[in-house]
Amino acid sequence: MYRCDTVALMTGPAAAIQMRGVHVTRGAAGEVLRGLDLDVAAGETLALVGRSGAGKSTLLKLVNGLIVPASGTVVVEGRDTRKWNPFELRRRIGYVLQDVGLFPHMTVAANIGVVPRLLGWDAARIDARVVEMLRLVGLAPETYAERPAQELSGGQRQRVGVARALAADPPILLMDEPFGALDPVTRAELHREFRRIQSAIRKTVMIVTHDMAEAFALASRVGVLDEGVIAQIAPPRELARTTDPRVRPLLEPLLESHALLS
Amino acid sequence: MTLLRFLGEHRAEFLGLLLQHILLVGASTAAAIAIGVPVGVLAARRPRVGAPIVWLANVVQTIPSLAMFGFLLPLPLVGGLGARVAILVLILYALLPIVRTTVAGIRGVDGTLVEAGTAMGMTPRQLLWQVELPLALPSIVAGIRVAAVIGVGTATIAAAVGAGGLGEYIFRGLSMVDPTVILAGAVPAALLALAVDGGLLAAERSLSGRRRSWRSAAVLGALVLAGVIGAAAWNNVTGDSRHAVIRVGSKNFTEQIILGELIAQQLERSTDLTVERRLNLGGTFIADRALRAGDIDVYVEYTGTADTAIFKNAVETDPARVLERVRQQYAAAGVTLLPPLGFENTFAILVRGDDARKLGLQTIDDAASRSPQWQAGFGYEFLQRADGYPGLSRTYGLRFLAAPKAMDLSLIYRALAQRQVDLVAGDATSGLISAYDLVMLKDNRHYFPPYDAVPVARSAALLRYPAARAALEALAGRITMDDMRRMNRAVDAERQDPAAVARAFLAQLAPKRPA
Repeated sequence: MYRCDTVALMTGPAAAIQMRGVHVTRGAAGEVLRGLDLDVAAGETLALVGRSGAGKSTLLKLVNGLIVPASGTVVVEGRDTRKWNPFELRRRIGYVLQDVGLFPHMTVAANIGVVPRLLGWDAARIDARVVEMLRLVGLAPETYAERPAQELSGGQRQRVGVARALAADPPILLMDEPFGALDPVTRAELHREFRRIQSAIRKTVMIVTHDMAEAFALASRVGVLDEGVIAQIAPPRELARTTDPRVRPLLEPLLESHALLS
Repeated sequence: MTLLRFLGEHRAEFLGLLLQHILLVGASTAAAIAIGVPVGVLAARRPRVGAPIVWLANVVQTIPSLAMFGFLLPLPLVGGLGARVAILVLILYALLPIVRTTVAGIRGVDGTLVEAGTAMGMTPRQLLWQVELPLALPSIVAGIRVAAVIGVGTATIAAAVGAGGLGEYIFRGLSMVDPTVILAGAVPAALLALAVDGGLLAAERSLSGRRRSWRSAAVLGALVLAGVIGAAAWNNVTGDSRHAVIRVGSKNFTEQIILGELIAQQLERSTDLTVERRLNLGGTFIADRALRAGDIDVYVEYTGTADTAIFKNAVETDPARVLERVRQQYAAAGVTLLPPLGFENTFAILVRGDDARKLGLQTIDDAASRSPQWQAGFGYEFLQRADGYPGLSRTYGLRFLAAPKAMDLSLIYRALAQRQVDLVAGDATSGLISAYDLVMLKDNRHYFPPYDAVPVARSAALLRYPAARAALEALAGRITMDDMRRMNRAVDAERQDPAAVARAFLAQLAPKRPA
């Protein structure tokens, strides 16, 4: 039986994800992470911001065991990722990719049902869950369930991607530039949707983005990744006041647009 | 039109051969899928393992199909005649396109989708079945399509090893020089290839539409596979497990096919055995292998050929000694030499009838005195072989106006009749000898070894079916050189059906049989 909530409670809210002294070396890119420490509390939405190549995606892949650190530890729900069965771990973590990665040979419903099927749910339970998930992300089940995934628009794909990531009710949700490829209007709409969903389900969420505005719009805390470590991590309001030279450049565009509006 | 008439007249046989052809291609393609797709998947995932496999499949593809049959025939287990070796060869040819497109299909899957599947907790196996294979399927089907079309073409060669199929008409037509019979094999084979191509193309299109129809395609494929296996099993049951079956073989030229028919029909008339025909085997070597392997029970061999080509003995020209030597060597191999049929298919030194009459030529010696004014024409092989022209000219002191012309055997009779040459070495039983009014000179110095036609049969089969032995012995001495020439002529020059020619011969033979 699937009992994420129990496990989350047992490990305590402070330690959904815990990284200590993490070093990661990736081929030609060299050392991407250099002794990084990070704590993600259960139920919080943490956004990670940084330049391209700062190691943001690597950080996410450490959580679901796609990457194992060269040294240091990554503890997810109280257990080192090296000790997790990688398949079990990944089925307990929702993952939304930048290019969504919907399976083009499956319908929307089949895409959403992937992880529940891997977990061996029965068909009726999967069907019910698919309907529930489609409603959650604002797509009418009767219209979309049987549509081939490749016929959807960009925004609809992202919604299905979120529905798929949440289908097995995982305690943790990882999002890698989830809204990066969308036009500003659709993106703003999905930001609102995300906040609504998150307030309803209260997952531990890690969002990676290069857009500080998105981080501010979605997250309860924002971390800035620079030179392989977390340069700053704080709630948006605090972060906006920082004088750290590694963080300021990322804030400038945001503050400028604020100044123009007010 | 003659093609349609031919197919109409041979409807049952044609449908049988067509079914055999489809079974050969179906079974081999199914097996190649079963082997090629997993190998392709392995090759795509582990390039280090995969590269040599793809290389090997490439090498296999470059081997000419007849050579491949030659390699595999002598091997135990896989070798021997018929569908088994043919299917093996077809599988080998089908592997490359399937392995290649599988590799390309798997490698071509969008990396994002593989990452998505992995991140969702799919095991490598689940990733393969749920993501990679379905997405690679259109590419794999394209490879299957190529393999099946190649298979339809290559399967025509399978007739050379007695596996049947439409190639039988092609080989039969080639040896009879009858374009209608060739087309009766070639045209349906081409149409079959187009049909297979079209059908699989449609499947490929519907798959790359990436609907869920890959499931129904998989179901359809499984059904077809089951059908093929079922049909093959049924063929096996009806083909092999009948107990009272005797298999008659023949080599792949007109006279052999007529003799094969003749023996088969004699067995059908005189015994209640079921007779299977494996006619048109591709040459002495294959026929002999087939006999010893028990794939055929009887065929007609020539004593001189058995002596030199099969048993590799030094040339011996005394007929009685050759017969005895061959009988003993066959016996040691479990093969019984039955009584000679009565005619000899030796090399024939031929001149035009009017020359022979005008100059009173009867023997090769007679010709030797005239030959310095003549031009000679010989086949390539006859010119080269020690027991061909070099020995002949030494034995008889033959000299010609110029060096003998090398000619294709099929043209040699006409070249003589049209006075391009004056003396040729042909085939003693050729139907063209009487057709062109040619005369065969007597080998008065006994230069050529004897080539008496004798049925050779597996001793075990004769022991089991004494009636078969009696039926074959009843043919002893019953076919004269003239009979054989007439029958060859009926098929080669008059385009009659070998089976019909054999039937007519046996019918006129029957009253003469002692009551």
